[in-house]
Amino acid sequence: MTGKRLAEAIISFFAAIGRIAIRSLATVGRATLFAINAIRRGLTPPYYPHKWLEQLAHIGWFSLPVVGLTAIFTGAALAQQTFTAGSRFNATSTVPAIVVLGIVRELGPVLVGLMVAGRVSSAMAAELGTMRVTEQLDAITTLRTDPFRYLIAPRLFASVIALPLMVMIANAIGIFGGYLIAVYKLDFNAVGYLKVTREFLEASDFMMALVKAAVFGFFIALMGCYHGFRANGGAAGVGEGTRNAVVSAFILILLSNLLITVMAFG
Amino acid sequence: MATPKIQISGLAKTFGANRVLDGVDLAVEAGESMTIIGQSGSGKSVTLKCILGLVRPDAGSIRIDGEEIVGLGERDLARVRAKFGMLFQGSALFDSLPVWRNVTFALTQGRARDTARMRAIAQENLERVGLGPEVLNLRPSELSGGMQKRVALARAIAPRPEIIFFDEPTTGLDPIRADVINDLIMSLVDDLGITALTITHDMASARKIAHRVAMLYQGKIIWHGPRDRLYDSGNPYVDQFVQGNAEGPIR
Repeated sequence: MTGKRLAEAIISFFAAIGRIAIRSLATVGRATLFAINAIRRGLTPPYYPHKWLEQLAHIGWFSLPVVGLTAIFTGAALAQQTFTAGSRFNATSTVPAIVVLGIVRELGPVLVGLMVAGRVSSAMAAELGTMRVTEQLDAITTLRTDPFRYLIAPRLFASVIALPLMVMIANAIGIFGGYLIAVYKLDFNAVGYLKVTREFLEASDFMMALVKAAVFGFFIALMGCYHGFRANGGAAGVGEGTRNAVVSAFILILLSNLLITVMAFG
Repeated sequence: MATPKIQISGLAKTFGANRVLDGVDLAVEAGESMTIIGQSGSGKSVTLKCILGLVRPDAGSIRIDGEEIVGLGERDLARVRAKFGMLFQGSALFDSLPVWRNVTFALTQGRARDTARMRAIAQENLERVGLGPEVLNLRPSELSGGMQKRVALARAIAPRPEIIFFDEPTTGLDPIRADVINDLIMSLVDDLGITALTITHDMASARKIAHRVAMLYQGKIIWHGPRDRLYDSGNPYVDQFVQGNAEGPIR
């Protein structure tokens, strides 16, 4: 009898895992089809250049203050930490190298990605989710307009373009933050610091940062649009869509960052 | 016999375990005003969304001017959709756009172009629903519920559709404003020759705007007939519904 009950418990355990796996795969499949649909339709007319520019401003320009602040503080803190750790074994001279590589390869793209995901994925999901529950998305369709071309594609493309630009700016500000601490607090020689920074920085590092940023930008907009588009059930549904958008964008950013890093250096 | 403007047969749709439509059969003639009545959740909105191609039915056929639209690709569906206009229950105006761009949205497909001409078209359509040029530049949030409904109506008629769907057009309006909307719907059908398909549970509205009435119950059309027979249908379900009795076969 206990054997039978144990067998049932084991089966139901694996059944639960199976259900979760199937549900997850179904979500991945739906999101992939959503992305393909958006890209395919976004590349064919009619185009909405004013919506692209509007989204570039929303995603890029208006995120600059928060991205700039994050970058300068992180760059400065990284310089201080590296100095403190390095001073234990006479390796303080590594500060400029670690700051520049840490910022450009990892912290710049990831922090910009996470900050923009928090700011933009949530806003997109809330806006599109509200449009869904107030039937505005249906209204667009009945007014001879394709919501994928009018709403989704501009957000997706603008995000893929904006993120690399913002990461470049954030990298510059982050390196500058490290420079400020190193030169004005830790007594590094200004010219020497910049020389080491330039020596360690390679074009391939910048390329990797830009690739990461474009991928993050894609996921940020995709998750915001997908979860907003599928919202249902009034205000609670919009709230849930917004939360799912941010959480899934965060996970995808961290996961894809690891994959790109491992592929580049592995 | 002329081909019906809208011909629905055997339409079925299930959401999860909930069978919302269970073989809906309905025909609407050109220039006719048909009203579907039924309880909340009886599948009225889903029927409209199936016709509009916003919801894909599990089974059945929908013909518009004799053309089957179930299973059409996105491009063909867009072509057929150009025949439709829709007044949504909550108006569904775009709150980021001023009234005049809302009204002309279908004509520009959301693009900012031909500003002067589009404003003139917006004004003309707003006049038809009894609104003056002073609302052109307002945002939807600055309008009362009744005015929003009228702007939404102007938006639906601006591209001169052949068929307009009205989803609970009088819900949320006081009786006088509701009657203004009823009059507008009648004038669209009579003056512009538009085919109207309305879903409502407002009996006063159904009696006024419908040429024919159909009742949807548990996913099926259980009765249809001319408006004059609505209170004399001989169908206990229809009787209970139109008289608003708690007692009767509908639980």
